[in-house]
Amino acid sequence: MNRRTLLLTLAAPMAGPLVQKLGAQTGDQAVLIQNATILTITNGTVKGSILLQGGKITGIGEKVLAPAGAKIIDGAGKFVMPGIIDCHSHIMAEAINEGSVSVSSMVGIADVLNPEDIGIYRALAGGVTTANILHGSANAIGGKTIVMKMRWGKNAETMKFEGAMPGIKFALGENPKRAGQAAGGAGGAAGAPRYPATRMGVEDVIREAFNDAKAYKATWATYNAKLAKGEVAMPPARDLKLDALVEVLDGKRFVHAHCYRQDEILMLIHVADDYGFKIRTFQHVLEGYKVAKEIKEHGAGASTFADWWAYKIEAQDAIPYNAAILVKKGVLTSLNSDDAELMRHLDKEAAKTVKYGGLTETEALALVTINPAKQLQIDKRVGSLEVGKDADVLLYDGHPLSNFSKVEKVWIDGHQYFDRDEDISNRTKKELEKKALIQKAAADQRGGGGRGTAAGQTPQEQEGSN
Amino acid sequence: MRIQGIVAGAVLLSASAGFGFQAAATGISGAPAAGGDSFVIKGATVHTVAGADIQNGSVMVRNGKIIGVGKNLTASKDLKVIDGKGLHVYPGMIDAGTEIGLIEINSVRESSDTTEIGKFNPHLVALTAVNPESEHIPVTRFNGITSALTMPSGQLISGQVSLIHLDGWTTDEMGIKPRAGMHLRIPTIAAPRAGFSSDADVPAAANRTGFTQAKQNFDKEMAELNEFFESARRYVQLRAAKPEGFKPDLKLEAMIPVLEGKEPVLVTAVREREIRDALAFGDKQKVKIILLDAQEAWKVTKEIKEHNVPVVLGPMLSLPLNEDDPYDRQYTTPADLQRAGILFSIGTLEGKANLSSRNLPYQAAQAVAFGLPHDEAIKAVTKNAALIWGVGDQIGTIEEGKWADLILTDGDPLEATTTIKQVFVKGKSSDMDNKQKQLYEKYINRPN
Repeated sequence: MNRRTLLLTLAAPMAGPLVQKLGAQTGDQAVLIQNATILTITNGTVKGSILLQGGKITGIGEKVLAPAGAKIIDGAGKFVMPGIIDCHSHIMAEAINEGSVSVSSMVGIADVLNPEDIGIYRALAGGVTTANILHGSANAIGGKTIVMKMRWGKNAETMKFEGAMPGIKFALGENPKRAGQAAGGAGGAAGAPRYPATRMGVEDVIREAFNDAKAYKATWATYNAKLAKGEVAMPPARDLKLDALVEVLDGKRFVHAHCYRQDEILMLIHVADDYGFKIRTFQHVLEGYKVAKEIKEHGAGASTFADWWAYKIEAQDAIPYNAAILVKKGVLTSLNSDDAELMRHLDKEAAKTVKYGGLTETEALALVTINPAKQLQIDKRVGSLEVGKDADVLLYDGHPLSNFSKVEKVWIDGHQYFDRDEDISNRTKKELEKKALIQKAAADQRGGGGRGTAAGQTPQEQEGSN
Repeated sequence: MRIQGIVAGAVLLSASAGFGFQAAATGISGAPAAGGDSFVIKGATVHTVAGADIQNGSVMVRNGKIIGVGKNLTASKDLKVIDGKGLHVYPGMIDAGTEIGLIEINSVRESSDTTEIGKFNPHLVALTAVNPESEHIPVTRFNGITSALTMPSGQLISGQVSLIHLDGWTTDEMGIKPRAGMHLRIPTIAAPRAGFSSDADVPAAANRTGFTQAKQNFDKEMAELNEFFESARRYVQLRAAKPEGFKPDLKLEAMIPVLEGKEPVLVTAVREREIRDALAFGDKQKVKIILLDAQEAWKVTKEIKEHNVPVVLGPMLSLPLNEDDPYDRQYTTPADLQRAGILFSIGTLEGKANLSSRNLPYQAAQAVAFGLPHDEAIKAVTKNAALIWGVGDQIGTIEEGKWADLILTDGDPLEATTTIKQVFVKGKSSDMDNKQKQLYEKYINRPN
């Protein structure tokens, strides 16, 4: 049987080599969802079937034949869309801010990720399959960031999005200057004020850092040139802080810059232009709508909230039309969460842009799928339903932009990581398991230390010492 | 200016949008509309929330009150006609628990009037500090919310919660019921949720101080609370005796309607233990209570129902309290309460963690996605809220004799994609403009 001729694919040129690799990537059973409304995001809506096989999407069309042994799911009345991508999250992170210094580019969030954070599972249940995990915003130049797939149950290393460009967090405005105020503040030192205390100082911190990075880069270039000529040379001292900034200068690390006001957005564009690097995304960027033109000219993306406002002074001019204006003015725009709760309903956040600013349904859904994928440069792998892309797929019981719909199933790389029915049917079992564990812990405690229990410890203390 | 119908209304809106540029510069927006309090909406689908929906129905309004609802009504000729063809009319929504008007910017102390010093402030009234010019008001009204319960918060008794209309020139005009209830936070051993990470609800106070200390603090606060009520009862006796030189005590004076059962106590009680404590406290002090933010009410449905106590739930779109709770724990609570026959409504608790009163309908919708019947969700944000706050005869449904708090929509107001075409508060056509819309119109027109 020649399956290729039977697949009514939307991206036929990609189908060839992939079909030959079927089943090569994972041991998961192939899945065919039939009779569904398939929102591809990039190629319109298809009423029909989608085939997930070998970790990839291998067929989309009105009719797709099920390979032998495939699990068939009836998608009648249901909707399929690509996994949601959150361009700004802090779940998994056991630490957020290295707030003791103004430039903390030597640290990386990848070193403190907890793969057992329940936030991962909750995000999955809200349809998120990929998230950009960021350092906090306490410093003008913050720590390194990393893109993760929500492969719940795997270890942190295995959850990393293979080959995704690493990033670094920058932060402008109130947060980085907070530690410069005498009283200190969230994420900042409680003691002596830390430079900077103003937006002027924030600019200076970034300029000084890149001034250092350029000089550092030059010393290495000189050294390498000498080596190339066969000369004897002493290597320069390695500077972990500047290494990360040299990667930015070399275009090997994306800058994700937390910002609010238009003045600071322009400031950072000027600094980047002066030192010859690019801002990949402006994050939050609540006044992005005021400088959409300049953001577009710089080639940066914008990743914002649907309707957050009023929580601080620099959010005073935040408007729920921000995303729509940015999209209409040609800026690559996404909606992010920055919050473990908001992360669970980014689809519903996207729906708001239909009302606020009149985006089309596809434009709205693109804000949480293909657009963040492009911003993170992972769009060849994820962000839309296309043959050849990763099988990061959501099944909904209704249209994803309806507030009455919910995610039923989630696949990442063709492996099912969330199933609402299974979640519900496991609840009783888990309750009983919990009760049994509590009883055992209580019995052990009464017994003055049973098997595996240190005498005198409470169950919490035992848990804490693991 | 009188509303000439929805077409004229649209002209009026675009005219005010043009005005918006100047308004933005001066910071003036959302001026309450004058006049227009007698009209008839014709040809709309009328969702009365008091009975079946009426297709091709009419709503007649005179002097701000509803004077007729139904099909084929004969409207007197002097009533302006608003064409509702293809549109829907719902009662204006009611946010049953917010801090709207009391706080403008979370991080700016000077903009907050929610929290007074001291443990016992039953005499403070929220309405006193409501800022009618708050930017939150027009922005919230834009999504179809026409009234809100706004409340002080604090340690134990923080003050009187006020039910307000989200339109009006002054606080006096906005007030529906300035003393709708007395806000009490039941003492707690575990600290309520706060913070940033996904496991935000570690019982911080308990962890910091240790259980023994936390329990001692709890016992002390419970004793103080009971003693305060007892002292109010002694005060009532003293007051009746009119001794020479008697001087009214403003705090205790404010307790009298509560002790007489004329005014409910709004009790913030989040976890099961607190909810049980709140019910027991109500029994002991023989006062009427309403539970607020009762996130674990689903564990106590039987007792809540037996006590006939209504519940104002916090936002559904919030994280489960406990790490091992089902992921949809907050989403399914409304359906649990509905099945148990408990009267409940929803408060967005605006001011807490970036939540917005304007998203009230979407909180209700989330409950629908997870099992609450749709009509019950609409009731939760209209009729039920009015019943709980004792104004069921004034607002909450589209019925003769009630205030014409109406919203005219192009679809289901619980859907984020629906646009609220026009809001009427007490029959007056509200200004649908706001600062955010003005900024939108200004910057969408910035030349490229």
